[in-house]
Amino acid sequence: MSIRTFKGGVHLAGYKEGTQGLPIVEAKVPGIVYLPVSQHLGAPCEPIVQVGDEVKKGQKIAEGKGFVTAPIHASVSGKVIAIEKRPHPGGNFVNCIVIENDFKEEWADTVKPHPNPEELSPDDIRKIIFEAGIVGMGGATFPSHVKLAPVEGKKADYIILNGVECEPYITADHRLMLEKPERIIAGLKYILKSTACKKGIIAIEENKPDAIALFKKLVVKEKGIRVQALREKYPQGSEKQLIYACTKREVPVGGLPIDAGVIVHNVGTAAAIADAVELGIPLIQRVLTLSGDGIQKPANYLVRLGTLFSALIEESGGYQGEPEKIIAGGLMMGKTVFTADVPVIKGSSGIVVLKKKTASKAREYNCVRCAKCIDACPLFLEPTTIAKLVKRNLFKEAEQMNAFSCIECGSCQYSCPARIPLVQYLRRAKQEIVAMKAKAKSDGGKK
Amino acid sequence: MNTQGNLLIVSSSPHLHSENCVATTMRDVVIALLPALFAAIYFFGMDAVTVVLTCVITAVLSEAIAQKIMHREVTISDGSAVVTGLLLAFCLPPTIPLWIAAIGAAVAIVIGKHFFGGLGCNIFNPALIGRAFLVASWPVAMTTWVAPLGLDGVSAATSVDSITTATPLAILKGGLAQGLPSYGQLFMGNIAGCLGETSALALLVGALYLLFRGHIDWRIPFSYLGTVFVFTWLIGADPVFHLLAGGLMLGAFFMATDWVTSPITKKGRIIFGIGCGLLTVIIRMWGGYPEGVCYSILLMNLATPLIDRYTRGRVFGGVKKHA
Repeated sequence: MSIRTFKGGVHLAGYKEGTQGLPIVEAKVPGIVYLPVSQHLGAPCEPIVQVGDEVKKGQKIAEGKGFVTAPIHASVSGKVIAIEKRPHPGGNFVNCIVIENDFKEEWADTVKPHPNPEELSPDDIRKIIFEAGIVGMGGATFPSHVKLAPVEGKKADYIILNGVECEPYITADHRLMLEKPERIIAGLKYILKSTACKKGIIAIEENKPDAIALFKKLVVKEKGIRVQALREKYPQGSEKQLIYACTKREVPVGGLPIDAGVIVHNVGTAAAIADAVELGIPLIQRVLTLSGDGIQKPANYLVRLGTLFSALIEESGGYQGEPEKIIAGGLMMGKTVFTADVPVIKGSSGIVVLKKKTASKAREYNCVRCAKCIDACPLFLEPTTIAKLVKRNLFKEAEQMNAFSCIECGSCQYSCPARIPLVQYLRRAKQEIVAMKAKAKSDGGKK
Repeated sequence: MNTQGNLLIVSSSPHLHSENCVATTMRDVVIALLPALFAAIYFFGMDAVTVVLTCVITAVLSEAIAQKIMHREVTISDGSAVVTGLLLAFCLPPTIPLWIAAIGAAVAIVIGKHFFGGLGCNIFNPALIGRAFLVASWPVAMTTWVAPLGLDGVSAATSVDSITTATPLAILKGGLAQGLPSYGQLFMGNIAGCLGETSALALLVGALYLLFRGHIDWRIPFSYLGTVFVFTWLIGADPVFHLLAGGLMLGAFFMATDWVTSPITKKGRIIFGIGCGLLTVIIRMWGGYPEGVCYSILLMNLATPLIDRYTRGRVFGGVKKHA
């Protein structure tokens, strides 16, 4: 079996040595957890508990309207002491349900193992996944049950489990794959069953040979499941690039993976699905990597949702030097937070602390047309051309250049010798295109 | 909760950047030009040193002055003016009066680059603009050649006594009585010609470095050289002679590959190289000048926006567009 990859992308320093060998440790369960009502893509939840209510671990405390949403569950047992707006790792202020931990660790009575999960129907499995509040745990936080819902006229030929983890510093999935491989495979089997799909692929980047070897051994007896080793290249873990690498299929412009006959889930999501289906445990904790050159003791933690970044940083011995940036997620696509007092949410795959650098920053130049951004773009866009259009407010033209296909992976900006903030221009283009479309729609409605 | 004091820096992703920047790239280009510079000093002695210094110093100074006058940030530290000065010097005759060389460098930087908006905005290769200006203004000074030193054992100090001669291409063009140099002489560079263009070997060493460092795309030089080779062979000329003579090696690897003035698409770069090759041979064989590298690249610079436009690639997940 050959090692596969996609076209474009960049080779990054991994910075994974510090944590890839460290077993996952359970982080201290905090005295107070802060659970934002929005931890997923889609409709935010409304709290269904009130200040003063006693809640149990795993009890549903917030739910949303519609199909594209995911309920929130209490990650500790205790008392709701506040429902208030607080800083969110996404950068804004979001309503949070604040629970004071009574440290009794009492499970809600809804949490119980299923007597025979083998007999569950595809519909049952999807329902359990929805009720457990499971979302894409690689960071995209798209509600998992939506991806698994049947789409008229489309069929999944492959389920791909994403164990690529191409962001520098992050090793949470790597550790999970080494320590809980059977949970991941069990999750994959439920996903396969719920979509009536026969073929599963576990995709792992070649920089994790131990995980590749382990899964190869474990899937020998599993029918229809294989391991695919992938070249170490960023953004190998991007959905479209992953699908192409594994199947040579391209997701059409504006389409979804299912349009290419593929559904992708993160390995962490698969493990969470196995826990939900077999044990009835909703998504109340996750594995994340706390690393970076600004942290004393990098680690892989199993963390209760709602634990503050600052608490984890303290557990890791505090800062090394003065922190400059704290990034929720990875170096390439993560968001910086303005305070460490933001909670871990469902999509927190990592926290990277960067210390203040003394070296001066390189200045921004005019575009020198080196075309390195074009070579790096895994979507084959011309980032520099789009950026120039955005500078002149030519958003229609930017749309014609397929600006909307941009996945904001950052490969272009990483490569740019003129240090142009290309991703920022691309984001602007996408926002304006959305606004333009919305306006066209409302104008059309008026007529 | 303390959100007031000690706020962290918030910035847009990505938070990681490659070591590359414009200044390091320019440094690499200068490094790549060093072998040819040494060859020039070896073959043309102190003349080479003074012309190169004149061009580089004038280029940097005129960039600083132009930017000061235009109330722009002075960016001479990025090294691009040094590169322009070096490249211009490389396509001047060794005996050029220094004041002419200085005017060429100033024109290259001020008119060729800053009139268009500075680095990244120029349409034409600035060094070639400088050369074209000098060829039009002082045609005699720009076509007075001396035989190289060095291999004859003549020391650089006697360069004032250099014998006036003709370049291989001029010999070919004019049907002069002098014999054409051998391939070996052309490859090593002990022939008459512009300062930095004569030694194919030294230029190739530098070009390999640039290719290895990923600063230039092989598509332009290879399609350029390939076209010259095939075209001259088809019309019955000597393809190896045409590859090695004149400024082709310098032009193909260091001028046509200029980021700013060449296409950004891969397909476009091949078209660009082929266009340069065709124009070079046409000018050499049927044009008024013995050499066509400079004008062919300038003409193709002009076509670059059009080439880019019609060679846009397919987007991932999209169907191939027919332009």
